[in-house]
Amino acid sequence: MHFAAPLPLASGASLRDYTLAYETYGTLNAAKSNAVLVCHALNASHHVAGTYAGKEKSEGWWDNLVGPGKPLDTDRFFVIGVNNPGSCFGSTGPTSPNPDRPESSYGSDFPVVTVEDWVDAQARLVDALGITTLAAVLGGSLGGMQALDWSLRYAERLRLCVAVATAPNLSAQNIAFNEVARRAIVTDPEFHDGHYADHGTIPRRGLRVARMIGHITYLSDDAMEAKFGRDMQKAAFDYSTQEIEFQIEAYLRHQGDKFSEYFDANTYLLITRALDYFDPAHGHGGDLTATFAKARCRYQLVSFSTDWRFAPARSREIVKALVDNRLDVSYAEIDAPHGHDAFLFDDPRYHGFLRAGFDNLMKELT
Amino acid sequence: MSDRKDLELIAELVPKGSRVLDLGCGNGDLLVHLREHRGCSGYGIEIADADVLACEQRGVNVIQLNLEEGLALFDDRSFDVVLQLDTLQHLKNTEKMLRETARVGRIGVVSFPNFAHWPNRLHVIGGRMPVTRVLPYQWYDTPNIRVGTYADFEILAKKDGLTILDAFGIQAGKAVRAWPNLLASVAVFKFERG
Repeated sequence: MHFAAPLPLASGASLRDYTLAYETYGTLNAAKSNAVLVCHALNASHHVAGTYAGKEKSEGWWDNLVGPGKPLDTDRFFVIGVNNPGSCFGSTGPTSPNPDRPESSYGSDFPVVTVEDWVDAQARLVDALGITTLAAVLGGSLGGMQALDWSLRYAERLRLCVAVATAPNLSAQNIAFNEVARRAIVTDPEFHDGHYADHGTIPRRGLRVARMIGHITYLSDDAMEAKFGRDMQKAAFDYSTQEIEFQIEAYLRHQGDKFSEYFDANTYLLITRALDYFDPAHGHGGDLTATFAKARCRYQLVSFSTDWRFAPARSREIVKALVDNRLDVSYAEIDAPHGHDAFLFDDPRYHGFLRAGFDNLMKELT
Repeated sequence: MSDRKDLELIAELVPKGSRVLDLGCGNGDLLVHLREHRGCSGYGIEIADADVLACEQRGVNVIQLNLEEGLALFDDRSFDVVLQLDTLQHLKNTEKMLRETARVGRIGVVSFPNFAHWPNRLHVIGGRMPVTRVLPYQWYDTPNIRVGTYADFEILAKKDGLTILDAFGIQAGKAVRAWPNLLASVAVFKFERG
């Protein structure tokens, strides 16, 4: 969907003349009350569920949760997936033409965007679809931050906020990981200050390393140990510092290679920065309870025991703020081995908990 | 509390319209009862996955936590009533949780199996640990790691500076106010701090 009115951004800049890629699943009811917005995290898109015709391996990134008969049942709910501006999957982003220099793309001239900017953009899409109140906003990780922001800045426009494996802000360690990833990208000789497209290059090496470090942090120590341990690549060592000796190395290199083929480097920089900036309590002297005083909706939160990037303790901080404000909240702390990635798996306890929440929501609507 | 009448007897200790915290809320029976019959609101704390799911299915606000880690999530006197029913005996840090209950709630309500109920005494006189309806486990695999009596709790309450507001036993779904330490299988206490 095309938006002609400029989108004012937190930085003071604005995004003019932009497009948001989105998909919907299910049918919006006559009362327009059954819409659920799904917010994506770092490397996902508006393609939340289902497969594209003729493309077998094109499942949406949250296809195990969203679809007909699934926990977020598209036979009953109207689900909206939207690609955030600054991303590289169809919405206006660094790879889009720069209106100031129509012959080249934005590159690193794309304005810095925040979680709040994204939520503002999503709200415009929701407006354009004729929806006043969303039944729910759902997201995991960075997507969960967007769901939380909806509940704070558009408090009257949702009934339920579902925030999975998320945090009220990033810790120093989290910012540190993001910074390593960014430095890997910007110090790649092919980066050219972010205008690599003009030079006909791609900073693939930087993207690969960024993805490798990110990937390590999405897995738990135990999960990695169980999957790879010290398994060797060949029967004997090569006694080489360059060759792959352990299977974990092959796995990480493969993940890095794959990622560098489809993900835009400037987008990676922008999205990790949006993560860093998110801190709704900042304007309240760090007081999360005061921050949530304006919230009105019900909350459903989930964390995973082995997620050290967005640890259960961070979700509990949010739970405390909600309880302090006497808001309705349910919180499940799932004992799962997969680390942060657990939010994309279909653990029956996790999905059962979300299903129950959506079932209650449907009862409320009918 | 599985028994319906036990639950109703205990629910009567909760003032109407209270904001309650139910520690070890199980499948949410008590919170549903308090919501529907006494206009209460609040949260349940539960550790078991199946019970957390059951609560969510019934629309009960449930927070999945291990009570052994304390109640750091909750401010002093932030609830009208904190209930800890049939839970105390499963906790390692029984006394700490009792203090936490009294800290977070204006009123605390606890219930637990009364080990001094007369059939239990007979078991012990006969040289065996009791196995009864309320204490159905063998000594070597019981989740009841703290086995106390009605009279023991009165002493602990005094030690921790709790004022007992009401106390009775429950036997076969009826309140027992005469010799509860001897005649009741379940002990119930309502108390406040100081």
